[in-house]
Amino acid sequence: MNELLEILTDLHPDVDYETEEHLVDDMILDSMDIVSLISEISETFDITVTAKDIVPENFNSAKALYALIQRLEDED
Amino acid sequence: MLFTSYAFLGFLLVLIPAYYLVPKRGQQPLLLAASYLFYAAAGPKYLLYILATTCTVYAAARLIEDNALRQKAYVKAHKEKLSREERKAYQNGQKRIRFRWAALCLLLNLGILAVVKYANFVIANLNAAVSAFGGGEPLSFVTLALPMGISFYTFQAIGYLVDVYRGAVPAERNLFRFGLFIAFFPQLVQGPISRFGDLSKTLGQPHGYDAKQVSFGLQRMLWGYFKKMVIADRVLAGVSTIIGDPGTYNGAYAAVGMLLYTLELYADFTGGIDITIGIAEALGVTVQENFHRPYFSKSLKEYWRRWHISMCSWFRDYIFYPVSTSKPMQRTAKFFRKRFGERAGKRVPVYLSTFTVWLATGIWHGASWNFIVWGLANWAVLMASEELEPLYKKFHDRFHVDGKLWYKIFQVGRTFLLVCALNIFDCYSSLKDTFSVFASLLTVNNWHILWDGSLLDLGLTPLDYAILAAGTILMLTVSLTQRTGQIRPRIAAKPYPIRFITWYGLFLIILLAGAYGVGYDASQFIYNQF
Repeated sequence: MNELLEILTDLHPDVDYETEEHLVDDMILDSMDIVSLISEISETFDITVTAKDIVPENFNSAKALYALIQRLEDED
Repeated sequence: MLFTSYAFLGFLLVLIPAYYLVPKRGQQPLLLAASYLFYAAAGPKYLLYILATTCTVYAAARLIEDNALRQKAYVKAHKEKLSREERKAYQNGQKRIRFRWAALCLLLNLGILAVVKYANFVIANLNAAVSAFGGGEPLSFVTLALPMGISFYTFQAIGYLVDVYRGAVPAERNLFRFGLFIAFFPQLVQGPISRFGDLSKTLGQPHGYDAKQVSFGLQRMLWGYFKKMVIADRVLAGVSTIIGDPGTYNGAYAAVGMLLYTLELYADFTGGIDITIGIAEALGVTVQENFHRPYFSKSLKEYWRRWHISMCSWFRDYIFYPVSTSKPMQRTAKFFRKRFGERAGKRVPVYLSTFTVWLATGIWHGASWNFIVWGLANWAVLMASEELEPLYKKFHDRFHVDGKLWYKIFQVGRTFLLVCALNIFDCYSSLKDTFSVFASLLTVNNWHILWDGSLLDLGLTPLDYAILAAGTILMLTVSLTQRTGQIRPRIAAKPYPIRFITWYGLFLIILLAGAYGVGYDASQFIYNQF
């Protein structure tokens, strides 16, 4: 989780990812951020994120994103 | 059948009462029949195109879902016998079958779209290339009429197919219900490009008569007709004069044309969508909003989140994300990360995927280099803004301007002018004209036309300018008021005389100031050609 928080903080340093739960709905993360993020988490966690996984529910909070990463790690 | 024609008004006057009078199980067949009748009015042969898309996408989606269900049942039934590797191999094999069905259907439908929309563009470019290399017989052009709204319904159908392939929505088992999703007449002309998951919640469901809903729908239509007939069709005369002769109307004329065209495009497109959403609302169907006060955007990126929302989100979900997460793109990212560092690895997929999206957006808008360059110009500005973001942030922090009202107004004005400038690519038929007009903005000094009465020779009278100014102020006021929510419920809460004056007043304005009758010809919507 700490690795993910570091990646997210690097993207938008002013966001409190511990509490924020509407990253996509509130447009804190836009589509370009999401693509940058995917590129980075794919490399860091050695997972394959597909377009099917890119839904707001998976990217609205650090917690949800971490759950996605864990699921994709299990699938691999 | 134009939305602005008497025939269409007669069509609605029969359809809406009939819709609520027939038994509820008859509403869906009635809407489907009405939609095909509406489509056939543009040319009966076009029905073949929309029926082909409907049947092929319906069948492919069912095959894909059936395969996915069989796979699930098989894995469940053989859970104990299959090793992890065997299960994966079986699942991958089935996935490949589903992929082939989806790809075949996509190729077929995109192929139809490509042939009817782009065949002559390709032929013209091939001829130009052959001629540049010294000759040969030029290929002759094909005569294929473009079916109404083909880009819209094809994209809507493709979106559905991909959603079923991804397992995001279930396949529609009822062909007539699916046919209605593709052919629902209010959105055939110019969208929005609806998603099956959203539209099917209310389309094809039984609806009882709800006076409030019907009157809200009619009010929304009225507002759309005001924008289309009082503003867009009136300003068209001036825009046509300026665009029609770029050699004469350059410099300050081009600047005026740019502003007038932006006004026309806004009133035409948002007005058309108001009519679409209003008709749907009167029928109890919820169609998604396609605009969110776009000219109040503070950046081009924000503008594209608020203008033609359904198209932009379509490109994002079905092109941008798949391209950016594709294996070749991930490999490219890795390559750049290794060679040029972490930042390059993160940014390259964004640049390349966004480039693909804007190239596709340009091509989607029309078979012309102007649209392709328009798309790529948008991409260049967006990417430059992205890269300059840290600089903006430094500037904002240093001068404490962020959040200040005057600075917001500056940002909105800057974005508006940028959008107006990019719109010039829409206007002219060739890149040569477009660039010469751009150059004339800086080189031709004819700004005196703004005050010496020359603007009265553009086909617009002083009364036209007065109506356009008043209409623009009204649209601006409505947009500003919408910041705090919808307007119609607020008007509905007012006493009867105020409601009466508002809606009958608007109706009268359309009757008196609408651009129709002798000397005018209610025009087709701009986006109908896409």
